[in-house]
Amino acid sequence: MHSPRLIRVISTLGITALALTACGDSREDTGSDGADGASKSYTIGVIAPLTGDLSAIGLGIKNGVDLAVKQANEKKTVKGVTLKLDAQDDTAKADVGATVAAKLVADQSVVGVVGPLNSSVAKSVAPVLSQANLTEISPANSNVDLTGRGALATGGTQTRPYKSYFRVVATDDIQGPFAAQFAVKTLGKKTIAIVHDKKAYGQGLAEAFAKQAAADGAKVLKTETINPGDKDFSATVTKLKAQSPDFVFYGGEYPEASLLTKQLKAAGLKIPLMGGDGVQADDYIKIGGAAAEGDYATALGAPTESLDSAKTFVSDYAAQKYAEPIGPYGAYAYDAANVIINALAKAIEDGKTSGQELRDAVTAAVGAVDFDGATGKISFDKFGDTNSKVLTAYTVKGGKFEAAKTDTFK
Amino acid sequence: MDLFLQQLVNGLVLGATYGLIALGYTMVYGIVQLINFAHGEIFMLGGFGSLTTYLTLPSGTPTAVALPMMLVGGILVSVTMAVLMERFAYRPLRGAPRLAPLITALGVSIALQEIVRNFYPNAKSARNFPQLVDPDKRFTIVGDVSISAPNLLTVVVAVVGMIVLSTYVRRSRTGRAMQATAQDPDTARLMGINTDRIIVTAFVLGAALAAVAGLMHGLRFGQVDFRMGFLIGIKAFTAAVLGGIGNISGAVLGGFTLGLVEVMATQYAPEPFAGGAWKDAWAFVVLIIVLVFRPTGLLGERVSARA
Repeated sequence: MHSPRLIRVISTLGITALALTACGDSREDTGSDGADGASKSYTIGVIAPLTGDLSAIGLGIKNGVDLAVKQANEKKTVKGVTLKLDAQDDTAKADVGATVAAKLVADQSVVGVVGPLNSSVAKSVAPVLSQANLTEISPANSNVDLTGRGALATGGTQTRPYKSYFRVVATDDIQGPFAAQFAVKTLGKKTIAIVHDKKAYGQGLAEAFAKQAAADGAKVLKTETINPGDKDFSATVTKLKAQSPDFVFYGGEYPEASLLTKQLKAAGLKIPLMGGDGVQADDYIKIGGAAAEGDYATALGAPTESLDSAKTFVSDYAAQKYAEPIGPYGAYAYDAANVIINALAKAIEDGKTSGQELRDAVTAAVGAVDFDGATGKISFDKFGDTNSKVLTAYTVKGGKFEAAKTDTFK
Repeated sequence: MDLFLQQLVNGLVLGATYGLIALGYTMVYGIVQLINFAHGEIFMLGGFGSLTTYLTLPSGTPTAVALPMMLVGGILVSVTMAVLMERFAYRPLRGAPRLAPLITALGVSIALQEIVRNFYPNAKSARNFPQLVDPDKRFTIVGDVSISAPNLLTVVVAVVGMIVLSTYVRRSRTGRAMQATAQDPDTARLMGINTDRIIVTAFVLGAALAAVAGLMHGLRFGQVDFRMGFLIGIKAFTAAVLGGIGNISGAVLGGFTLGLVEVMATQYAPEPFAGGAWKDAWAFVVLIIVLVFRPTGLLGERVSARA
């Protein structure tokens, strides 16, 4: 265990030294290398669902990164470098995610990846990118295990599983309890039904919610599960109705949540459904229709529109006339891309211009970043988690998600 | 008791949809021994066909006019696609080893999904379907047990469809020709039956019922999407096998059995295998048990060795 690491350190130092001298050389004769340097191009990768049910959110992520890349090229944030975007469709599936991650790793021009949207996909993407020490910043993952936070709940110590994985949003162990406090303390709900889809995100969120809700004094009914992709939830709805809850928390995403809320209300169980950020999508209201009115969803961070820092981003996004709306994570994706771009600039300034040493340098720079983004201040703890713990609870009012409460979770 | 009866109603609605689609699998299998895996996509196209019909109707068309028109539109699209599929994908492979048409069916299934996904406007995610039958309107059956309007319509339409089909196959001339072709295609041809036409008829009838199911799916859930045929197609195929593939009453029985098992498993299954996420596992456990004791399915006849 020790000697390979030593060798790695020595070789890294060696390569760094070589690179420094090489760079020094090229700086001396800018005359001949100048043109070459100007045409140097790097790629920011995106892994997100660009097709399928979650594409509404995924395309917002892609557009956010696209905007960051375009602006960096216009403003020449990284001198003498052209940035490109390589957006890969993970179709919200873990196996596809691993494949496209390997593709991005193989492309030597890729210096960082923004994505993915789904925590379940991240679990197969992060090992691949991490092995190559290629920076990955997720604008949306909230599963605790991705940064080793899962151990904290059981009293263990947190160890970082993926050394190049970062995220700019808060986690389920914060989001779930935040939602529970909102439901029990703010809304005063007493008998709460819990449903989840057994996916990493949905189950993690629902379990964290249930624990906090019970601690806050609400009666939590036995958890129900459904299958992602199912449309007919009549059996589950009937089962819930017999226990007369006054609130339903759903851990999962909007395609199932919107049908569930519809079928709950059609069955005469007219109680609000609350979900996490996977439910906070315009399509939830589009599919749920009148049944979605009065439902709740939490999202990570503060509402993009309400932030002073995000005003420029929102107007720049509008100016690009993208076909898709920003969505809940567009602004976070934009920030994530900018973090990578700034780290790249720093790495290149330090003379790391290609190959593994560049990827190593970018990851190190991202880890140390302290950056004012569209969504607020961005910095990471030593496990790759964001230091910001701001969340917002939304409610559906007049066919739109409206912020009901923004707060820093304590 | 009310709870059990309500779940029974839920199961019947679910089973009616499975049964409608299972009929298409079973008829085609009965006649050409082909498992048409693209049948789920025929169901999906029925949904999109009726949506397209609705969108072309002038706004303000009364429901009583719009619904039958949508049904016709959906059936038209499904049937056309099924006929094309049979003519260009399966007929050239008649007499080829069984595996060839099976793989072709999978290919057709993926192709149809991708065509809809890429070329139908805004179909990359679910498309809203007009809710012409109010899902909030419920009819009380007894006590607290009730059924919503679109679900009731689904059951009624499914049962009518099944009765019409089985009467047609049993009584009509073409129906009897179908039975003859199923029993022995060579002898049937010698008796002057145009077996190619009979095979097309089986595809057409199956597609029409699948289109009905597609329209009902849209009305019940308020949406159609390009993948909706995949899962439900597999379930319906399971129902057909459960009931005895090749047997028309078997498909209906299999559909209702499967629907009831799923619903009852959601309600009553013991921990740790409780809840909706385990219902498919229970459905397949039942399938396996049935196949162990009756390898030909609930109503399947023993297949006599072919000459």
